[in-house]
Amino acid sequence: MDKDVILTARGITMTFPGVKALQNVDLTLRKGEIHALMGENGAGKSTLIKCLTGINDFEAGEIRMDGIDGPVKNHSTRDAQNVGISTVYQEVNLCPNLSVAENLFIGREPLTALKTIDRASYNKRSQIIMDDLGIEVDVTQNLENYSLAIQQMVAIARAVDMDCKVLILDEPTSSLDDEEVEKLFKLMRDLKAKGVSILFVTHFLEQVYAVCDRITVLRNGTFVGEYPIAELPRVKLVAAMMGKDLDALEAIEKENADFDKAEVVIDAQGISHTGTVKPFDLKIHKGEVVGVGGLLGSGRSELARSIYGADRASTGTLKVKGEEVKIAQPIDAMNRGMGMLPDDRKAEGIIGDLSIRENIILAMQAKRGALKPIPMKEQEAIADKFIDLLSIKCPSREAKINQLSGGNQQKVILARWLATDADFLILDEPTRGIDVGTKSEIQKLIIDLAKQGKSIMFISSEISEMLRTCNRMVIMRDGEKVNELSGDLTQEGVMNAIAGGEK
Amino acid sequence: MKTKSKLNSNTLLLLITIALFFVLYAGGCIAYGAKGFTHFQTFLNVMITNAGLISVACGLTVVMLTAGIDISVGALVAMDCMLLAVGMQNGIGAIPMIILVLVIGLVFGAVQGYLVGYLQIQPFIVTMAGMFFARGMTAVICTDQVAITADTNQLFYDIANAKIILPFGGYTNNKGVYMAPFIRVGVVIALLVLLIIFLMLRYTKFGRSLYAVGGSEQSAAMMGLNVKMTKLKAHILCSFLASIGGICYCLNSMQGSVQQATGFEMDAISSSVIGGTLLTGGVGNVIGTFFGVLINGTISSIVKTNGKLASSWPNILTAALLFVFIVIQSIFAAIREKQKA
Repeated sequence: MDKDVILTARGITMTFPGVKALQNVDLTLRKGEIHALMGENGAGKSTLIKCLTGINDFEAGEIRMDGIDGPVKNHSTRDAQNVGISTVYQEVNLCPNLSVAENLFIGREPLTALKTIDRASYNKRSQIIMDDLGIEVDVTQNLENYSLAIQQMVAIARAVDMDCKVLILDEPTSSLDDEEVEKLFKLMRDLKAKGVSILFVTHFLEQVYAVCDRITVLRNGTFVGEYPIAELPRVKLVAAMMGKDLDALEAIEKENADFDKAEVVIDAQGISHTGTVKPFDLKIHKGEVVGVGGLLGSGRSELARSIYGADRASTGTLKVKGEEVKIAQPIDAMNRGMGMLPDDRKAEGIIGDLSIRENIILAMQAKRGALKPIPMKEQEAIADKFIDLLSIKCPSREAKINQLSGGNQQKVILARWLATDADFLILDEPTRGIDVGTKSEIQKLIIDLAKQGKSIMFISSEISEMLRTCNRMVIMRDGEKVNELSGDLTQEGVMNAIAGGEK
Repeated sequence: MKTKSKLNSNTLLLLITIALFFVLYAGGCIAYGAKGFTHFQTFLNVMITNAGLISVACGLTVVMLTAGIDISVGALVAMDCMLLAVGMQNGIGAIPMIILVLVIGLVFGAVQGYLVGYLQIQPFIVTMAGMFFARGMTAVICTDQVAITADTNQLFYDIANAKIILPFGGYTNNKGVYMAPFIRVGVVIALLVLLIIFLMLRYTKFGRSLYAVGGSEQSAAMMGLNVKMTKLKAHILCSFLASIGGICYCLNSMQGSVQQATGFEMDAISSSVIGGTLLTGGVGNVIGTFFGVLINGTISSIVKTNGKLASSWPNILTAALLFVFIVIQSIFAAIREKQKA
């Protein structure tokens, strides 16, 4: 092993029932570098990480680490931590019912002379650690009292404090805002200066180019290549990940028709939800894609939820196709032809233990009522149709949805609503945590659906993708609808509206 | 940086439990003061009667913290009593029998804990099997009611009848005789158990890992805790405490019988829940459990003192209390969700 290399993985191979998850994959981590691991959903990034951290038991290949003779085979997270590999996952893996300090120190608490845990000592040390990182928390409070972003920072702080040589960050930034991401980057650079090697998995290309030194690209469970960052411009990176050129991305073209004369599908007047959304008016026409922009917490999702009945509207009236309706709960909205893709697909969207077919049929069945089951033949036909239509990558329609990658899960939920023939779809962050390739597929899908006459409300944090797909944009700020932009949408115009600068 | 410390909602639940106990007890004193409810001894009697339950309920709290459950404890207590009674009747000494019962508790817990922790079988199913096994074994040992008397074993009899006189809180009865307040050995054992488990939960690695496992099993594993071992140990501890509880119970009942301690596991679970332990794991404290036991005991005591109410009333009151507590807990959970949002 070279002197400056901390970890090598060679020829890692791993299969899941029916799927070759990893085939002969290599990875080389050098001391004090930030190394990006890139690939589309289902490329095998998570599987590779789980092989490194001892969660997956890989079948072939070997991992070696600097300073350890012979191959390293971890059988548990603890093993991995012992050899100096710590991981922070996308989902926060901490205990919400324990204090921040305990979450930092559990399993390795300092002990008093009596062999009992030394609370005072680790509370003090925790406060110092968090203060150093510039995270404002009271470490004696339970973790559940803090936002997801803070919880993520705590998870990172824990890993950092464990004297790790290799820190794996698996999509740590997906729930952080820009300022927090910047703090994280500063932390990453500090660690790098101290000689820690960081393996950074993210979907945000910008972030890769902001902090990384080197990139390893995986595709469909195989190793594509390892590149120094300077030698791999964005376009080439995307091409390496997707195995095709970027043309697909550019080919998206939205319909720029005049919708004023089209049928009004949704006409909301003075709708509000106490505490989250102030009264707003909104009209959405047939075949129109309306974007909802704003910062995280500006009331974007809440606006959608109050129309859909997920949060019952406190005031106002809602007309669907000119007819005034009362929507008290989601089933009322469904019966009026609405469908909603929630932003938290794990908690509110997919039912992990059911098959893809069952997940697709779900809303359709709910709409028909439990007493009128859909014949199996019909269910299978519907499932096959949508798997084909949305090109959902799966071993079979009977596979559990859990086994799919995030992007494909998202497509299944989309299929669920398309199956109900919903003609107004609310898509809340449908592309979050999804790779570039699938992102553009979903964007294309949105435009195609609009062309077929469906009306869509599209909520996203990425302005660029809304610019590409939306005909009109609603801007939210502090729970209030502050602006509506139509015509030529520009990045600058939207940003200004969101920030509340000059109009 | 220091933020102002908010009153933790779990602490608040504990305070409500404690307050409820005092309200209940004060109510008893006002209603039945004439019948001697106000005497300190009445309170001590609640402790004496429920010494076994305190230990058993502490064990259940430990298991429930890991989001588990153990419904075998009642049957285990019955088996312990029967073993003690039959063993001593056949001339085996009290000390060897007590040691045997404790060892059986450890083994019983180890088997259940292995099945729950390492083979990942639902704790409800595992301990249900344990419950049938222990209840069945009780009948196998002896189907009769076996009383423990001074003739059976003098030492055990003496321990059971030993009065530990307290230096305060006595009263003079209507015949002018000073009645000194007393507790029994079982109470001392139960309070020691309570203290040890309280300290263990708060200040040991094992104690904290119980909370971590109950809070999020996956996270606990990711943070390098041994989840399987934690569950195994929790079940060993629970069954061991159930055996200690069994001995305390036997010191009160002084007999072995198949039908003894039926539904005891439910009393223990309800005490834990009233004391603020969540069935979903990760939240709870033996101090709350202790007050849960006292609340249950006080209800029984009030009904008994009244004398006219049917003996099924404690059940109905416990049901009402459980209901109230579950509702309060879910309201708190909802408030917390709202605060976070």
